[in-house]
Amino acid sequence: MRLVIALPFAWLVVFFLLPLVLVLGLSFGTNSPDLAPPVELGLNLASFRLLFTDDLYLAAWLSSLRIAAVSTFGALLLGYPMAYAIARARPQLRPLLLTLVILPFWTSFLIRVYAWMGLLAENGILNQFLRWSGLVRNPGTILGTEWAVHLGIVYAYLPFMVLPLYSSLEKLDWSLLEAASDLGAKPLPAFLTVTLPLSLPGIVAGCLMVFIPAIGEFVIPDLLGGTRTLMIGKVLWDEFFTNSDWPLASAVAICLLILLVGPIVIFQRHQQRSLERT
Amino acid sequence: MIGRARFAFTVLAFGYAFLYLPIALVITYSFNESRLVTVWAGLSTKWWIALFHNEAMLDAAWLSVRIGLASATLSTVLGLAAGYALARVPRFVGRTLFASLVVAPMVMPEVVMGISMLLLFVGSDQLLGGPARGFLTITIGHVTFSLAFVAIVVQARLADFDRTLEEAAMDLGATPWTTFLTVTLPLLTPALVSGWLLAFTLSLDDLILTQFVAGAQSQTLPMRVYSSVRLGVDPQINVLATIVVAIAASALIASAVLTRRSVDKRAAQ
Amino acid sequence: MSEPIVRIEGLTKRFGEVPAVAGVDLEIARGELFALLGGSGCGKTTLLRMIAGFETPDTGRVIIDGQDMTGVPPHKRPVNMMFQSYALFPHLDVAGNIAYGLKREGVARAEIAQRVAEVLSLVKLDGLGSRRPAQLSGGQRQRVALARALVKRPKLLLLDEPLAALDRKLREGTRFEMVRLQERLGLTFVIVTHDQEEAMSMATRLAVMNAGRIAQTGPPHELYERPASRFVADFIGIANILQTGARRWLALRPEKIVLTSARPATAHVATGQVIDIAYEGDRSLYRVAIENGPVMLVAAMNVARAHGSAHRRGDTVWLGWSDDAGQVLDE
Repeated sequence: MRLVIALPFAWLVVFFLLPLVLVLGLSFGTNSPDLAPPVELGLNLASFRLLFTDDLYLAAWLSSLRIAAVSTFGALLLGYPMAYAIARARPQLRPLLLTLVILPFWTSFLIRVYAWMGLLAENGILNQFLRWSGLVRNPGTILGTEWAVHLGIVYAYLPFMVLPLYSSLEKLDWSLLEAASDLGAKPLPAFLTVTLPLSLPGIVAGCLMVFIPAIGEFVIPDLLGGTRTLMIGKVLWDEFFTNSDWPLASAVAICLLILLVGPIVIFQRHQQRSLERT
Repeated sequence: MIGRARFAFTVLAFGYAFLYLPIALVITYSFNESRLVTVWAGLSTKWWIALFHNEAMLDAAWLSVRIGLASATLSTVLGLAAGYALARVPRFVGRTLFASLVVAPMVMPEVVMGISMLLLFVGSDQLLGGPARGFLTITIGHVTFSLAFVAIVVQARLADFDRTLEEAAMDLGATPWTTFLTVTLPLLTPALVSGWLLAFTLSLDDLILTQFVAGAQSQTLPMRVYSSVRLGVDPQINVLATIVVAIAASALIASAVLTRRSVDKRAAQ
Repeated sequence: MSEPIVRIEGLTKRFGEVPAVAGVDLEIARGELFALLGGSGCGKTTLLRMIAGFETPDTGRVIIDGQDMTGVPPHKRPVNMMFQSYALFPHLDVAGNIAYGLKREGVARAEIAQRVAEVLSLVKLDGLGSRRPAQLSGGQRQRVALARALVKRPKLLLLDEPLAALDRKLREGTRFEMVRLQERLGLTFVIVTHDQEEAMSMATRLAVMNAGRIAQTGPPHELYERPASRFVADFIGIANILQTGARRWLALRPEKIVLTSARPATAHVATGQVIDIAYEGDRSLYRVAIENGPVMLVAAMNVARAHGSAHRRGDTVWLGWSDDAGQVLDE
């Protein structure tokens, strides 16, 4: 029994906790391009100072938060009606409908993002369609803008939104809605006063499951957002791989973690509670 | 009543179109004659032939599959142990820390995990002279995040597991170890299979963490795809996408057929 | 009397601050069908689980067939248990479930097959060996659970609410079947139940438990006719409990009282007004408010095929009982 605990515990301490401590240590180091690895250890706050004073980094933080928030909201707007429709579909149909939502997740993430490159390019399929249909004569290029990033995030993370929403809507006792209408509530007030509050746990879980990975997203802004879109995950990547500034990249990682502590703690509490409930 | 049905139909039609149209287009253009992925120039299989002669791509795919098999298997073993400990041992030193460590990789930004693991391997390289970056370090990285998913599945399964089944086994003379092998493990098998598949898929698909810990010599499939896609759309990637979708869909259909068959068999008896 | 099959000495068990079992001494003789009866939370299930070895007593010991079971794990005890949920292994078929315990003993394959077939026919499930538990009815599952425990030929069979999951009609038939099976095999059964009808009709002896202690032990008729305390009198059946002095009470069963319109010639009489009537078909239960006294319950058989009960609400009636009709209690 002791081994059963010790084995995964040791693994996670060595390969997860210890590396995070190393990142923290390195974030106080000094960038030294002549050394290999290019770091001089110490207690230098320069990287953090730069992060909080340089406009570029501040802009990256803000646009990460904005993009993650807008995309999460978009995923909720699309995901809630879908989850609702699936939860109210005939019981025999539900597994199939749900599987269809999850199936793209089992294909490659990278390829799903790639699919939007061909769609959104200047001469891409979307613009060809818009021109052909005469809806828009001179459509702008979506690829390389924040809109493309929003679309990409909603597309890639939609299953994470639909699943928790579905599981809280599926548990909902529909006779409560009948009771509400029996007591004189019209459909919309009944939805707002009964369905929505009771599906709140699903909304919270779904939003966090989209928001948390979206904040640190790298592939989507890199492939769809072009050079103009700033996101903090991309900044970290570029500082590390392009500029070889390890202390700065470490400092970005530490700040990203601090930013995510709140949402992550909420999410974990939520997870643990739902595990205990079953 | 009719209004609601129509609303549901519209919502689902729109949602599924959003999910599947991009994939359908990628598949269609894998058969395109033109190099341009945006212009249809007639049916052709030349990109399929090109992909199957792309040695670098095939090597990368083979490396990815090997890493996927190794990391999925190892993370299933470790995830089973972690999930079992969390579900069945109510008190031990550091339990709270352990519980957070198990789930933290699930929500950790991949760029953060990537940089931290690379620093670990750089450090160990300096202190211990290894391990060399490549197959081993990538596998370790993948295990670290996928074991969380296995652990969660196992923990959830054990949480709604009927404990009296294990008591019944012991009452009938089974030692705790025999009880685990003959009752607990068989009942956990579906959870372990889906955990393994999830870990395998995650490993096969991972780019960011892999990019950090891979070193200069190893290139996995996502790394290849990424470096090719960065330069723009490439019909060979469309072919690859088609293959991936075909594998995922046929695995799904196979599992659905198997489930249906076992249900039918039960109904027949 | 020969050595009892089970001897329990000073057994206690607390869960946190709550004592589940608080000092139980008990002997169960070989070949008995013994019932532990009590409401929920009275400690009967904990007591059973301590006999099986799933709970460790805080103090006291369990001796089975002369052997102290302290520190002996469940899989090494010569007892088997039938679980309330049946706990049938869903991944094994019926034969696999029944053979499970024999395989652990290392019984030869041929013998296992033979013993499984025997026990299947004993519980009238011949030919169902290859079914999965999910394909059985509730009654069939109950019998598989019984067969799985019986096939090990335990010295003692523990049954935790064995009939609770069955519907009413099935429950009554199964009661008799289980008693017949127990007599035929000559095994000792210990049944835990909250259903007093079940305990009374099946057991050769029973113990009523209350708040972790045994309130009274004895054969069914003794517990009914000679309860040792107000708790037992009130718990088993219905009783009028009349205070007859300081720390002295009389427990009087409703059917031991005669109900008449004219004054009866019994040793004790009282008069009052009918305030409620519950018509139950075969009999009626009357609540009678005694003049300057308590409300008493009286049962009367509806012998005549008249219109329902013999008396009406508001009627003035006489109650009478003999000297030995009730049980005098001092606790």
